[in-house]
Amino acid sequence: MMQNTGYIFDIKKYSVNDGPGIRTTVFFKGCPLNCWWCHNPESQRGEPEKVDQCTFRWNLSNDYSKRNSIGSQVLVEEVMKEVEKDLPFYEESNGGVTFSGGEPMLQVDFLHSLLLECKKKDIQTAIDTTGFTSINDFEKIYDITDIFLYDLKLIDDKLHYKYCGVSNKMIHENLKMLSSQGEKIILRLPIIPTITDTEQNIFETMSFISALKNIQEIDLLPYHQSAKSKYERMQKENKVAELIPPTKEYMNELRNKFLQLDIPVKIGG
Amino acid sequence: MNERIKKLRQQSIDAVPTMSHERAHLLTEFYKSGEPQKHSVPVARALAFKYILERKELCVNDGELFVGEKGPAPKATPTYPELCVHSEQDLEILHNREKVWFKSDEETRQIMLKEVAPFWKGKSIREKILDEVDQRWRDAYNAGIFTEFMEQRAPGHTVGDDKIFRKGMLDFKKEIQDAINSLDFYNDPEAFTKREQLQAMEIAANALIVYAQRYSKKLLELAAKEKNIERKNELETMAGICSRVPANAPKTFWEALQYYWFVHLGVTTELNTWDSFNPGRLDQHLYPFFKRDIESGLLTEEQAHELLQSFWIKFNNQPAPPKVGVTAQESNTYTDFCLINIGGLTEKGEDASNEMSYMLLDTIEEMRLLQPSSMVQVSKKNPDRLLRRALNIIKTGYGQPSIFNTDAIIQELTRQGKSIIDARCGGASGCVEAGAFGKEAYILTGYFNIPKILEITLNNGFDPFTQKQIGLKTGDPNSFTSFDELYDAFEKQFNHFIDIKIKGSIIIERIYAQYMPSPFLSILIDDCIKKGKDYNAGGARYNSSYIQGVGLGTITDSLSSIKFNVFDKKNFTMKQMLEILEKNFENKKEEQEKLLFFTPKYGNDDDYADDLTCRVFETYFKAVDGKPNTRGGHFRINLLPTTCHVYFGSVLGATPDGRFANEPVSEGISPVQGADVHGPTSVIKSASKIDHLRTGGTLLNQKFTPNFLETDEGIEKVLQLIRTYFKLDGHHIQFNVVNAETLREAQKHPEKYRDLIVRVAGYSDYFVDLGEYLQNEIIKRTEHTG
Repeated sequence: MMQNTGYIFDIKKYSVNDGPGIRTTVFFKGCPLNCWWCHNPESQRGEPEKVDQCTFRWNLSNDYSKRNSIGSQVLVEEVMKEVEKDLPFYEESNGGVTFSGGEPMLQVDFLHSLLLECKKKDIQTAIDTTGFTSINDFEKIYDITDIFLYDLKLIDDKLHYKYCGVSNKMIHENLKMLSSQGEKIILRLPIIPTITDTEQNIFETMSFISALKNIQEIDLLPYHQSAKSKYERMQKENKVAELIPPTKEYMNELRNKFLQLDIPVKIGG
Repeated sequence: MNERIKKLRQQSIDAVPTMSHERAHLLTEFYKSGEPQKHSVPVARALAFKYILERKELCVNDGELFVGEKGPAPKATPTYPELCVHSEQDLEILHNREKVWFKSDEETRQIMLKEVAPFWKGKSIREKILDEVDQRWRDAYNAGIFTEFMEQRAPGHTVGDDKIFRKGMLDFKKEIQDAINSLDFYNDPEAFTKREQLQAMEIAANALIVYAQRYSKKLLELAAKEKNIERKNELETMAGICSRVPANAPKTFWEALQYYWFVHLGVTTELNTWDSFNPGRLDQHLYPFFKRDIESGLLTEEQAHELLQSFWIKFNNQPAPPKVGVTAQESNTYTDFCLINIGGLTEKGEDASNEMSYMLLDTIEEMRLLQPSSMVQVSKKNPDRLLRRALNIIKTGYGQPSIFNTDAIIQELTRQGKSIIDARCGGASGCVEAGAFGKEAYILTGYFNIPKILEITLNNGFDPFTQKQIGLKTGDPNSFTSFDELYDAFEKQFNHFIDIKIKGSIIIERIYAQYMPSPFLSILIDDCIKKGKDYNAGGARYNSSYIQGVGLGTITDSLSSIKFNVFDKKNFTMKQMLEILEKNFENKKEEQEKLLFFTPKYGNDDDYADDLTCRVFETYFKAVDGKPNTRGGHFRINLLPTTCHVYFGSVLGATPDGRFANEPVSEGISPVQGADVHGPTSVIKSASKIDHLRTGGTLLNQKFTPNFLETDEGIEKVLQLIRTYFKLDGHHIQFNVVNAETLREAQKHPEKYRDLIVRVAGYSDYFVDLGEYLQNEIIKRTEHTG
């Protein structure tokens, strides 16, 4: 099924950390997870929402009446018009478009329509996903997607449930399934001190990955505090406000550890 | 950097810029002698040049490898009273102002005020210009519609080609003699005029030889006294060099550099030419000498390096000439816009980058001096390595080199009628101006305040700043029923003021042609000798006159705002809009917010706004391009501001884009500060919608924080950005790597820095979106690296 409209909350050009080359990232609204460290808290709810005070870039339409709202319903054509604008940059850099969020798979029919349009226009696509969706959804879009940026957070299901709000069973099953299909997966590991960055989780994650095939790259995403002010503006509780970001040296150590898997490892996206 | 260079560099940085009365004094003495009156104007000018070079004090700084300064010492800066006379007040301002000052001592003041000023008063070019132009010109000038380049400085804006590296002054003299001998007095009514001009060139060529020979003698004297044997040898070598060049063509690397330096001093002593002078494609010129000397064992790479560093310091010793009048108050740079070109294409159209290109880039990185300016020409045929090397220097936050699109420059030049070979051997000079090096007089006539034209239109021809009716009566804006009606009125005013500017420029061109020839510069630019015509009178092979448009972002956003808010969305009536502007947004915060943040703006790849950019561009192009000048060439457009956007903003009331009265307008073709919110790719897309190939240069500024460029990947993504801009025919881009101070500003005024991208741990984000904590951390980090 295809759907012509969907909810997004931002389109970011010159996105340089969400896949190869210069990209445009389309941020879908709505997420089934509720991670403590989420740096896009404005993405979590499915519908547009009011906030007291916008940041200087949250509202990018010229509509004054929407100045205090995040997210809007958009047409496939509207998204494509923005995406296509940067075509010369994708071609120069082997970049493309990344559908992120939120969880883009939550609006799989809308996503499907967008992917088809991109395919038609030879624009490389990436989906930044939590993996928390039915395998049928992945099957629908697998062939028309070039890259999956697949999050891997916590291997222990209880902990995953505690910190992300859902079980990781389906996430892990889907990942095994997708990686067996072909060379399209870049794993994204948030490194959150005391939560995902524990000796046990790192160990378990590495053994989990070693059992997978076809992993193209591992991206280690160090925790950062850039979302702090977003939480304040949205008056949402920030459960990780006190965490200290890992140092550069530590991240390099971690990178070296993961390199043992014989897969390219990057710090940042 | 070795000890010698360290010392010379420090001396150059520490040298106090002073006014030097030397040139003014010698010139006045000569003109008072009665001698000039015996000759034609060009011959008199050449004799004055010779008089100065025969007498000016020689300066050999301790340990230096090249000789010659414009004044008696580093940063002792001459004046040019035949063009403009410094008054007591000017000297006062220049002495006391906080930035870009020029100190003058009692002796200098005495000579300048008692001897020089009284003699030249009433005779200077500046006074002639202001006398000869129309009242309409003066009104527009006073209102800040445009500026005039030639009221204080001579036309120049030109660059040397390879000829001086192939020919000595003796060779030029022979060419001049041949030209004189072939004059046809029976059929050519200009023959006598040409002979005078050619004789002037010959005198000027001799003068430079004499100057070098004086140095040769002085260096031998110093060598005789020198105790240190190593330095003694050096001084003797330098004496030998000065005896051979510029009389003869240079044979070695060292000679080539010293020869250029004498030529540079010659041009800038003859007159205070705009953009000083410039060796142009230095890597191309030097490489054959370098290769030959290395192969023959005459030179080591290390020595070549030291010579280049030493050469660089000579440029830094020459601040731009001090201005007079209001501009003395405002002019805020010592930079004299000598822009060294690196890279680009060969005459045959092949990748021209060579070992010397990278050596020059090394020199730029190590020297980190204000002058000379430098740029890298990048064609699709040049390797990424060249661009990557340049970016690795840019990331250190020193603002150099800037980056130019060779393929665009070549197309710009050929569109104007230059041969493909002349175009390939050209480049950019000054700020961003495309030129056929060694063959073109491309004169910048002044900046043009485009947003001001809208203000005049919205006031039916009346200028609120000077309180005068200076424009046409194009109708009460309240009576306009469509945006097109407003635009028509704007276009009429635009053409009106361009015509005033062009008429003025034509008068000024003739004043220089008749009263202020430059015989020495004429030797260096083809085809002045062949034509027997002065550089200032149309002697060059190509002759262009530019008007530089300023405020493309501000005018787009202002027009877009009227179209959007008044005519399309009807958020305000025209009357309300004009009231808001008149009140300068006082008690109109919400309205201003709508104009600032909820109106389509240039720089976001939004056709609503960008279509207006293109419309203004076409209006501007049609008004100017192709109109004849008096030198056998045409008027052309380019889009660059230097620092004039600040002055133009200061004479402009509040604008419909939400800009407060008197704030700067946008610079070059960059968006209004803070108006672009979709990142650099959108800025580049917007900027490439205008047709760069029909200009003679555009300037685009982009801001980055040093941490974004920290990683190789960051460099690569910027490289791809540049390659794409150039694929879209962009002319030039420069990266302003911001410092901690700017970031603190951004924290205070986020609305002005919505485009600033920073690298946070492992990813990049907009600075204004980060919380205060993280902002502070990045500021701290920047302080360390900056």
